[in-house]
Amino acid sequence: MAFYFVQFLTGLASAASLFLVASGLSIIFGVTRIVNFAHGAFYMLGAYVAFTLTERFSGALGFWGGIVVAALIVAIIGVLVEMVLLRRIYHAPELFQLLATFGLTLMVQDIVVMIWGPDDLLGRRAPGFKGAVDFFGQNIPSYDLFLIALCPIVLGILWLLFQRTRWGVLVRAATQDRDMVAALGVNQKWLFTSVFALGVFLAALGGALQIPRDAVHHALDLRIIVEVFVVVVIGGLGSIIGAFVAAVLVSELNAFGILIFPKISIILVFLVMAVVLIVRPWGLFGKPEAAARRTPGLTVTPWRPLTSGERLMSLGALVLAAMLPLFAGNYALTVGSEIAIFVIFAASLHFLMSVGGLASFGHAAYFGLGAYGVAFLAKAAGLPMIVSLLLGPVLGLLGAAVFGFFAVQLSGVYFAMLTLAFAQIVWSIAFQWVEVTGGDNGILGVWPERWAASPANFYWLSLGITALVITVLRVMVFSPFGFALRATRDSPLRSEAIGINGKRVQWTAFVISGTVAGIGGALFAYLKGSVFPDSVGISLSVDALVMVLLGGVETVSGAVIGAIVFKAANIWLVSQTDLSKLVLGGFIVLMVVAFPKGIVGTLETIRNRRRSAGTKSALATSRIEVAE
Amino acid sequence: MSMVPTLLKVEGLSKSYGGVHAVRSVSFELRAGEILALIGPNGAGKSTCFDMLNGQNMPDSGRIHLLGEDTVGRKPRAIWRLGVGRTFQITATFPTMTVRENVQVALVSYGRQLFNLWGSTAAYAREEAGRLLDLVGMGAYAERPCGELAYGDLKRLELAIALANQPRLLLMDEPTAGMAPRERIELMRLTASIAREQSIGVLFTEHDMDVVFEHADRILVLNRGSLIAEGSPEEVRGNPQVRAIYLGEGLVYDARHREGAGA
Repeated sequence: MAFYFVQFLTGLASAASLFLVASGLSIIFGVTRIVNFAHGAFYMLGAYVAFTLTERFSGALGFWGGIVVAALIVAIIGVLVEMVLLRRIYHAPELFQLLATFGLTLMVQDIVVMIWGPDDLLGRRAPGFKGAVDFFGQNIPSYDLFLIALCPIVLGILWLLFQRTRWGVLVRAATQDRDMVAALGVNQKWLFTSVFALGVFLAALGGALQIPRDAVHHALDLRIIVEVFVVVVIGGLGSIIGAFVAAVLVSELNAFGILIFPKISIILVFLVMAVVLIVRPWGLFGKPEAAARRTPGLTVTPWRPLTSGERLMSLGALVLAAMLPLFAGNYALTVGSEIAIFVIFAASLHFLMSVGGLASFGHAAYFGLGAYGVAFLAKAAGLPMIVSLLLGPVLGLLGAAVFGFFAVQLSGVYFAMLTLAFAQIVWSIAFQWVEVTGGDNGILGVWPERWAASPANFYWLSLGITALVITVLRVMVFSPFGFALRATRDSPLRSEAIGINGKRVQWTAFVISGTVAGIGGALFAYLKGSVFPDSVGISLSVDALVMVLLGGVETVSGAVIGAIVFKAANIWLVSQTDLSKLVLGGFIVLMVVAFPKGIVGTLETIRNRRRSAGTKSALATSRIEVAE
Repeated sequence: MSMVPTLLKVEGLSKSYGGVHAVRSVSFELRAGEILALIGPNGAGKSTCFDMLNGQNMPDSGRIHLLGEDTVGRKPRAIWRLGVGRTFQITATFPTMTVRENVQVALVSYGRQLFNLWGSTAAYAREEAGRLLDLVGMGAYAERPCGELAYGDLKRLELAIALANQPRLLLMDEPTAGMAPRERIELMRLTASIAREQSIGVLFTEHDMDVVFEHADRILVLNRGSLIAEGSPEEVRGNPQVRAIYLGEGLVYDARHREGAGA
């Protein structure tokens, strides 16, 4: 019994940091409507800065002062970020906000390694809380008891701040209707900045307080942000009390889940999240969002199928691509196959994101499931390559069917957070279930059969499948189903009023998209000859988002162009610099701020402008003629 | 009149929000080809009533018989499948499609082709979509992007979409809100002529009394959630209670200056 009680207390202690970070995220979202993906990065920065300060300044004052000063320093960094970057994107579609703040996260990862190095850092124990308390023969670290006490104190302070101060009243008013608050003469800019500073302060404090318990390392950001997303999905985005309750719930589920499913404890959290989403789709303490902003919304040019001339051009490009083995070496062909595979992956996300308006932040899950599917079939079952290639993606289909069912119950940022959390669950299973997946060592020796083994043959195989997949997806975009999907994206109200079951349409699209991603993953497994948990990782999911965005999220063919350009640039970049995350992150931020239409979107705009200029001048000429 | 079928029969419809009776025991009928206006001051319960009829809101009690079926608790899409078209107070269309495609999507749904992954939408029911657009006077705009349309044209497009499932009943929530006076009269004339021709029943809410008195066959007057009067335009105009509560102070002829006062 004592053991379970101690386990319970450990869970409560872990809840403290989680609550601090989640409440910060919630406060920022409530006022600015931005889901700050970089919140995990601020948490990690808090831990690193606190580590440096507490190492330099000794004594109790050095330690506690270091923790608070670290949080303040990071809050100041947050203010700079808000003023320089976020102010430019408050009115952008939420997808762009998520991506920009994710770009920041990537940059911080490389910067942290540059400053503090790649190794784990072990922080000091907290002065005054170094020992442990004996409880019926079980030891409880006294620092854990401190954290348990801190949690409700912070909650109380936040409550007082929001209920009893003028600033708090303004923040609550802005949460309900920020335009009205602005109309009443409140300086919105500084209100937003101060709210962001508070949120970042809480995140950094959460990170700083962890250093006596946990090693500081450069993967902390993604670990915490996924847990925080789970917490706010369960608790309800925008609710501080919800963040508190859900943080405790998730931490306890983790603490006891380890006892029940030692390998895949995260399953328990997932099950609870699924139940909450079915019963209360906006979380335990959340309120239903007003109709979410449409993710696209930069242009209104209707989509058209390719003209016969454009079809010929596409065919010509395909023939040209097929001639690559005539003059390119093996390395170039392998790169070509990889690019082709990523075209499939990007196109699968494009179908869900651009056509369906559902921006998945965890699309790598289905890519990776396809890859693992092939690995299981080829290695464990020993099936021939053709059969594995055909059946491997079925695993992606099944994953998409299960996760997609829950994900489409939500929209907008909730959808993004939920898909990310699902992908992280798949990743955890791939990483932790060593008996089946090989864990970190992956599954090796998934080589293609002899007929497809040469780089040229494999390239042709990949190219052929890519061409087929792209054609099928394009036909679907312009099929009745594609229009039903776009209708659901454009106006849920109207589509329901003309008999469209939006959730079922979106679920179908999710399954199609996941299956196609699985096809890409299946090829990828054969290309690399192996499968690792990386194929399910967040960075791969984000690569897919960037490819679609780079090509143009509001175009039909953007994903193809975006994937080719991005993947080629990425392969080149990784060979040139160790700071690829910094460069990629900076690139994402820049693209969102300066270049939101993407390559194809920009080209289309230029072409349309020329065309309308052309008709205008023609009109002018005819008018002059009439006048004469 | 007895031979004309009843499309809609509402009995004792009630809804309250935390002690406030938004709609209190409302009963009425609507026959095929009849144009029925639901009017009342702001907060009278018109929108609540409407939302319950089209499935967006659950009544606390009461019955709704739509085209012979009990529709309480059914989703809007199920009610649409029975043969009910609807337009919204603020237009809801598909801005990234062309005008014709907007109508084609509705026709795709009506033809139960929503999960057809392989056909061509452009070729689907192209003529039928054109015919509906011609009917509402939008034929010339068929290939225009919907996002570029003026508000009055959007309202007409919505009417074409609402007619796509060959409805027997149209539910129109403030069909002329936000339009210029001349457009209002044109749109309602158009609606009335289509309804009479095809024997479609129309239920609409409206703030513009000129529109109501010109086109409604019958008028229901709601006040504080209860029906206080029902009858022909003349009867309602002459009803002293209605005049006192709603039409008093010469509002009949000033109504158009109060546009934008949404319910």
